Amino acid sequence: MASKRKIATCSLAGCFGCHMSLLDIDERLLDLLELAEFDRSPINDIKEIKGMVDIGLVEGGLCNAETVRVLHHFRDHCRVLVSVGECALTGGIPSMRNHHSLKACLEESYIRGVGVENAHIPDDPELPLLLDKVYPLHEVVTVDYHVPGCPPSADALWHVLSALVAGRDPHLPPALLKYD
Amino acid sequence: MWREEAPPALDAVHEILGSHERDPGELLQVLIKVQHCYHYVPDGAVALIAEHLRVTRAHVRGVTGFYSFLSDHYLGEYVVYCSDNITDRMQGSTGLATYLCNRLNVKLGDTRADGRVSVHYTSCTGLCDQGPAALVNGLAVTRLTRLRMDLIAELINKRAPLGTWPSELFLVEDNFRRSDVMFRRSFEPGAALQAAMRRGGDDTLRDIQHEEAVDPSSGHAWRRGADETLKELYRSDLRGRGGAGFKAAIKWETCRDISAPERYVVCNADEGEPGTFKDRVLLTTYTDMVFEGMTVCGYVVGATRGILYIRQEYWYLKSHLEEVIARRRDANLLGRNILGTGFAFDIDIHWGAGAYIAGMETALIESIEGRRAKPRKRWPLPVVAGLNRRPTVVNNVETFAAAAMIALKGGAWFAGHGTAHSAGTKLFCVSGDCERPGIYEYPFGVSVREVLRDCGGLDAQAVQVSGPSGVTITRIEFDRNLAFEDLSTVGTFMIFGPQRDLFDVVCNFTHFFRHESCGLCTPCRVGTSLLANLVDKVAAGKGSPMDIAEVERISQLLKTTAHCGLGQTAPNHLIDSLLKFRAEWDKRMVTTDFVPAFDLDAALHEARQLTGRDDALAHL
Repeated sequence: MASKRKIATCSLAGCFGCHMSLLDIDERLLDLLELAEFDRSPINDIKEIKGMVDIGLVEGGLCNAETVRVLHHFRDHCRVLVSVGECALTGGIPSMRNHHSLKACLEESYIRGVGVENAHIPDDPELPLLLDKVYPLHEVVTVDYHVPGCPPSADALWHVLSALVAGRDPHLPPALLKYD
Repeated sequence: MWREEAPPALDAVHEILGSHERDPGELLQVLIKVQHCYHYVPDGAVALIAEHLRVTRAHVRGVTGFYSFLSDHYLGEYVVYCSDNITDRMQGSTGLATYLCNRLNVKLGDTRADGRVSVHYTSCTGLCDQGPAALVNGLAVTRLTRLRMDLIAELINKRAPLGTWPSELFLVEDNFRRSDVMFRRSFEPGAALQAAMRRGGDDTLRDIQHEEAVDPSSGHAWRRGADETLKELYRSDLRGRGGAGFKAAIKWETCRDISAPERYVVCNADEGEPGTFKDRVLLTTYTDMVFEGMTVCGYVVGATRGILYIRQEYWYLKSHLEEVIARRRDANLLGRNILGTGFAFDIDIHWGAGAYIAGMETALIESIEGRRAKPRKRWPLPVVAGLNRRPTVVNNVETFAAAAMIALKGGAWFAGHGTAHSAGTKLFCVSGDCERPGIYEYPFGVSVREVLRDCGGLDAQAVQVSGPSGVTITRIEFDRNLAFEDLSTVGTFMIFGPQRDLFDVVCNFTHFFRHESCGLCTPCRVGTSLLANLVDKVAAGKGSPMDIAEVERISQLLKTTAHCGLGQTAPNHLIDSLLKFRAEWDKRMVTTDFVPAFDLDAALHEARQLTGRDDALAHL
């Protein structure tokens, strides 16, 4: 048997709900680990991808410079890049701020907000700088596959992962794309 | 930006409502009058209209929001809509619109601070043969130049009433360049109707007039005349002129044969396909022929009510159309006792309010019924359950004109022209790069090259046949024939000379569809937007082969999954362009790698300003 596939995952402007859903594949995780191993992922706390991985799963959209850098890192190091979940596909809930200017958002939180003391917009260089808007992944890099859902169900993620690990094109059946 | 200081007096709204029945179907016509009176639909009017017509305020606002020529905010004493078809652009419209804005000191789309004027773009106004064109308070002005824009700005600045403006500004010419058998002679009002009623034999008209049946349609002579006229229509093999080419006789017969308490004849004069202006000319010069065709249809199918649904771009024809209808009533060609036979049929005019989708027959019916012009599900067909869910014949203006001529001269005469499957002649609306733009009548089957030769446009690099939703024809295809067998068309014929950048055409068409998508179905609502974004990205020099692949993917998706013809045909020009003018796209590909449509580092600019940061991590 050939060497195991490598998988990397990350969460950008997301809520980790997609990762929770990934863990919900339950005992199938053991089947997956027969065929694949995890590189960088919040699951194992590895911080950087070393070399190339076969499959990159990215949860969440792009809201700041840091998320853009991580996404570029993933695009450069993943043979197949998958955007996972509503925020990655469309910007999702974080993109609701797109209806307002960044200035209005930050002033609402850090200047005029209830209970704010020492009001000023945070400017520590350690903090990633916010983008003017929240963007979906495919507007910044090419994305090979999209898995919709908020979060995508464990079955949907298993369907996609098992296909990709086996080298097949994943096609979600309608039942896994139906949300009502 | 102009702000309303106090709500306006609503006396005029009361007056308008007083002249309309308390029927929700009147909504659009009421809103049009209110818009013309106030130059917007004031909040106070919304409540009054909702109450009078027994609809919700949300419905009134929903309809107001749907149509381009209705507005929920004040547009100014003078409202200028500059036509934004590609043919207008080729005649310099964008520069002229900017010039006018500068002269008036107003930003495009905004109402000037003193509430005097606003300038906007609108989709094709059907004046492509004499553009650039615009509408000023609803009236068409043609052949715009800087000189004319100077004059318009001056008249607006000194607040001259529209009635005192020089009439040459409003001159709309027919430009009927070539006539064939249909439009060679003038039409004698009543001739077709008499011929139809005489079809049962020489004396039928007299017999019909003498039948004393209470309901004339039960008389034998009456029925014979109608039956024979329908047979002539079958013999003529007339196909609908709106583009789809459905056989008129089948439509009429189906409508006639369905049992219903009432049925309707609707003439589709929405003519929204950019580059199309034949209905404008027909309704200007062959008005009687069109109305007579509708009346013959009423006679054949047993309808008593006809409706002309006409786009508001042709508002300048209002008094002319009303005069013709009044004259025909006086001559007993419309009304309760047509030609003394007891046959009752009358025609109302319903105005559109700026919506391309309203040309789609089920959307048009929705619009007549006073709602947003959204297409219905196509079963049942309008001919089974159309206007007010009654059997309805919806035909194009040109189809009714042809029907009148068939009633007059017989089906064999008509079928003797054109080709095997495309009987008769067709009007072509020739515009763009040629010496003689205008209306050309040819028998079906004429080649693209022949039209180009006659109009003086042989050096064309491409012709857009049947409008943005149609097909792009290249030089090597100029010998193809304009007929249902080969290039089926509504008649639009836009010519692009060798000097044109065909990618500009693509951009114009893509944005047209984005603007005109009615929003009913997701593939079209979202798809047309995505396509416009992608085309803009390529135009901005940020396109990559991945973007072209995405254009192709979305185009196919739209074609196969959109609810109605608008979405299904919206990507046609993109597919044609990628197939036939790929070089126009390729030369814009500056990178093989995907790049974002926006500048990532610039997306951090606002945050840098807010935090005062400029360190390495503050850049991308």
